[in-house]
Amino acid sequence: MTETADRWIGASVTRLEDLPLVTGRGRFAGDIDFPHQLHMRIVRSPYAHGRLKSVDAAAALAMNGVAAVWTAKDIADLPPIEFREGPNENLSPYRQAVLAAEWVRYVGEPVAAVFAEDAYVAEDAAECVFVNIDELEPVLDAAAAPTELRPGLGTESTVCRQGYGNVDTAFRDAHTIVELDVSIGRHSAVPLETRGAIGRYDAARDVLELHGAAKVPHRNRESLARMLGRSTGGVHLYEGHVGGGFGVRGEIYPEDVLVLVAALRLGRPVKWLEDRREHMIAANQSRQQRHRIRAAIDGDGRLMAIDDDFFHDQGAYLRTHGARVVDTTCGILPGPYRLPHYRVAGHVRMTNKTPCATYRSPGRFESNFARERLMDAIADKLGLSRIEVRRRNLIAASEMPFERPLVALGDDVVYDSGRYEALLDKALAHIGWDALQRDVASRRAAGEYVGLGVAIYVEKSGLGPTDGARINIHTSGEIEVITGGASIGQGFETVVAQVCAEMLGSDYRQVRVVHGRTDRIEYGIGAHATRATVMTANAAAVAAKKVRDKALDMAAQLLQADAADLDIVGGCVVRTGMIGGPAISLGDIAHHLRPTSSTRGERDPGLSAEGWFSTSHMTYPYGVQIAVAKIDKGTGAVRIEKLLIAYDIGRAINPMLVEGQLVGGFAQGLGGSLLEEFRYDERGQPLSVTFADYLLPTAQDVPFVDILLTEDAPSGVNPLGIKGAGEGGIAAAGAVIASAVDDALGASGTISHLPIMPQQLKMMIDAFEATGAAAASSGSG
Amino acid sequence: MKPARFCYHQPTTVDEAVALLGQLAPEDGRILAGGQSLVPTMAFRMAQPPHLIDINGIAELAGIEVDGDIVRIGACVRHTAFEVAGAVPGATGVWLRKVVRHIAHYPIRTRGTFCGSVANADPASEWCCAVTAIDGRIVARSASGVRRIAANQFFEGVMATTRRDDELVTSVELSLLPEGTRCGFAEFSRRPGDFAIAMAMASYRLVDGNRIAEARIAVGGAEPMPRRIAQAEAELNGKTPSTPVFAAVADAAAAAIDPMEDSNNTADYRRGLVRTMTLRALENAA
Repeated sequence: MTETADRWIGASVTRLEDLPLVTGRGRFAGDIDFPHQLHMRIVRSPYAHGRLKSVDAAAALAMNGVAAVWTAKDIADLPPIEFREGPNENLSPYRQAVLAAEWVRYVGEPVAAVFAEDAYVAEDAAECVFVNIDELEPVLDAAAAPTELRPGLGTESTVCRQGYGNVDTAFRDAHTIVELDVSIGRHSAVPLETRGAIGRYDAARDVLELHGAAKVPHRNRESLARMLGRSTGGVHLYEGHVGGGFGVRGEIYPEDVLVLVAALRLGRPVKWLEDRREHMIAANQSRQQRHRIRAAIDGDGRLMAIDDDFFHDQGAYLRTHGARVVDTTCGILPGPYRLPHYRVAGHVRMTNKTPCATYRSPGRFESNFARERLMDAIADKLGLSRIEVRRRNLIAASEMPFERPLVALGDDVVYDSGRYEALLDKALAHIGWDALQRDVASRRAAGEYVGLGVAIYVEKSGLGPTDGARINIHTSGEIEVITGGASIGQGFETVVAQVCAEMLGSDYRQVRVVHGRTDRIEYGIGAHATRATVMTANAAAVAAKKVRDKALDMAAQLLQADAADLDIVGGCVVRTGMIGGPAISLGDIAHHLRPTSSTRGERDPGLSAEGWFSTSHMTYPYGVQIAVAKIDKGTGAVRIEKLLIAYDIGRAINPMLVEGQLVGGFAQGLGGSLLEEFRYDERGQPLSVTFADYLLPTAQDVPFVDILLTEDAPSGVNPLGIKGAGEGGIAAAGAVIASAVDDALGASGTISHLPIMPQQLKMMIDAFEATGAAAASSGSG
Repeated sequence: MKPARFCYHQPTTVDEAVALLGQLAPEDGRILAGGQSLVPTMAFRMAQPPHLIDINGIAELAGIEVDGDIVRIGACVRHTAFEVAGAVPGATGVWLRKVVRHIAHYPIRTRGTFCGSVANADPASEWCCAVTAIDGRIVARSASGVRRIAANQFFEGVMATTRRDDELVTSVELSLLPEGTRCGFAEFSRRPGDFAIAMAMASYRLVDGNRIAEARIAVGGAEPMPRRIAQAEAELNGKTPSTPVFAAVADAAAAAIDPMEDSNNTADYRRGLVRTMTLRALENAA
């Protein structure tokens, strides 16, 4: 096998992670216990907005087994939770304090923390903490005129503006202007495992430990160390198994800070597990935006300009991401289309609801929905097919890399590679578009409400700037890879092992991947923004190449050969192409490289190396989604009958895992499009606090998802040529479902809001039927 | 999400359970059967009963027995019992078997009980609708004796019944419908297994060749409690089965009800669903 031969990279091998998980030996936050631990229970605001007059904890403190009850006064020395990207003077007044001091701004805001001997006592005691709040009028509509949360603190925390060209001129010169008012409902990740945090102070080592970490352990260590005034060397985070991340889990929340401070000050480990109701009101929510978007079009249906003014319902505070979701929305909105002029203003509006941040595909689920609704509306207005109007606007392969003077996640937007039209053609051929159109047309003629939807989108992945990995081959032959990456269940260990195994001529099952441990490696950015595989796998490849060179160099001496004539096959160094010749295992080579080995010579001890991968730009995968939707006219219920995701991944390390990511993502996206919504009443009381009110898609709601995975446009910005998949399934789910349902109604533009509710559809259909307007008359496509 | 403290009692006979209930009901002592509604509300602390009387160990409540033209369903009979063909004989058994698969999800059905659902009187309960459609009787026992309460005298509103706090529902009695009875069921919920927004049950027999008789149309989920819709039944009796007849019956059912409203569903939407479900229940029966 040569160095570049494909053996593990590109193979759909089974996951290394699965054995403990499927045999019930996983280690989630709930599985972590320390002797003498206390249990924390949070007392939360029952009001959406109010002045906090007092907190009376006397009755709770008097209860047996209660160790302490804290209010804001007890932790007055703690700063509010900071932004991960560093201080921001303009936004800092909107940060959330660990415990509310004078004001409460959403139902569920932490007001006090109870520490007790067990979780039952903690909950009993929390019920006996009495909060005295003067309720105030809540702010609930992010698109209404700005007002003040309190004197001097406006509801418009910031406006993100991006754009280029001369939008006003383009609209003046336009052949046609299409204008929409579209919105996305508030929903978010609801992972199977709720959040959990266990704080422990080890006085013997003077180390403060946070267990139950996820997503970004190293970045969070820095933030927590700063907030607590400790050295980063004295704070360690430990990631166990994670029962779903999706953006919400692994951020720093008030509860994470509280367990650490309590562990230090109460001198006992402190455990907190979020319950489901808490998750529904305390964990980050997402998505709620209203776009007033318009496009200037020339006579051929080509985009001249887009002008978008949108309102982002941020909820009560700016959390660790600051205004990032809004910025990303601005930077990604133009998608796969040529767009000469562009102007966008994203209003970050504070409301008296649970704070918002990132949920899988932040800014893209929303902007793809808004933009693709616009493309459908343009097609309709100009009498073009939905495919043709997109085709005319797609960026051509010859224009790659394609620079846009925009910024997303702090990166300049440069699409590194892409063959958009080719993927569209492949998708149409794969699903049999023409036959499908005929089929849908005949069903509509027979009175069915069935329609076809399409969405084209550009994803982003591989957020830099830098990631490292350290590889150490043990004398046993095991290859240990220590990364600053994180595993949130996506198969991170498997893909990193595959890359190392490929480079080191070894079986991927010989590779142990360490992640989520601040005590094993100094730096790491973790798993978010579809970055882990792109960044960590490339860093691991760099480290593996160094280890390989070192192994061959040592083996050359032992085998009395030229290193250039050697290869690694089956975990042994052999002469290239010689079967049955001399071989020396990597474990034996590691033995020769021990510090005390006499054969080591001048080489540094250890069969180990560190590798770094840096990038100044993200890499941009892209996709086409096509859906067939049917509406039950008797109930308004939507059934997605057929769903295709065509997705160009550049190069897949493990196609099976890529497909899993795409299917799982789509399932979540279907939830946000048809079922899931965090609703609030007119007092700001949350109405979706259980799984009876917040409807997640089940196996019966999710269709078979057909995947067409292509590798036509490898990334130009990393040596492995890979792009990310983590968010590619969900990114256009809302867009494609809306397009298909809209088509099923035969009335383009009627679907302007997600989630699409059966009640609304039944009303529309009843009205059509009453007026005799035959939906069948309008063609698909 | 930990329940408040409670005392747990485990009687082994109905007499013992009824005695305990008589003693503890004034302090909000509750019966625990399948626990599929009670236990979650305790976890949320919306219910904090200081005493639970667990009847799962009472052998005499565990069975389904046929007594002439009556079937008696004991208080500990799980939903899944009705999934078995022949568990209840004849048309009544067929009908219950059509209904049962719509109740929540399989793991819940293995634990939740028929009588528990009836006693809980959730408007969206399929069994409450079924007991109403078949004119069942609820057998309630207390220290002062046994009452047999007709379904239309039992349900009073959303989770409200005429059962007294000291009464244990020991069984529900259903008539065995005559041979040849055709039965149908339909319900709508946003996802399969959720609480229905509306449901309908329909049954009838054909006499004199092709004439409908003994029509039963019951609607659940749409009003505070299930009920038979006399106007719809009148519309159906005496007719010959056909799509226009069924549509007229569905219209009559929709017109007759006074639908509840909630944050997701207007009264009009529910009324429309009742029309659709009645039609589908009739088609399901045909």
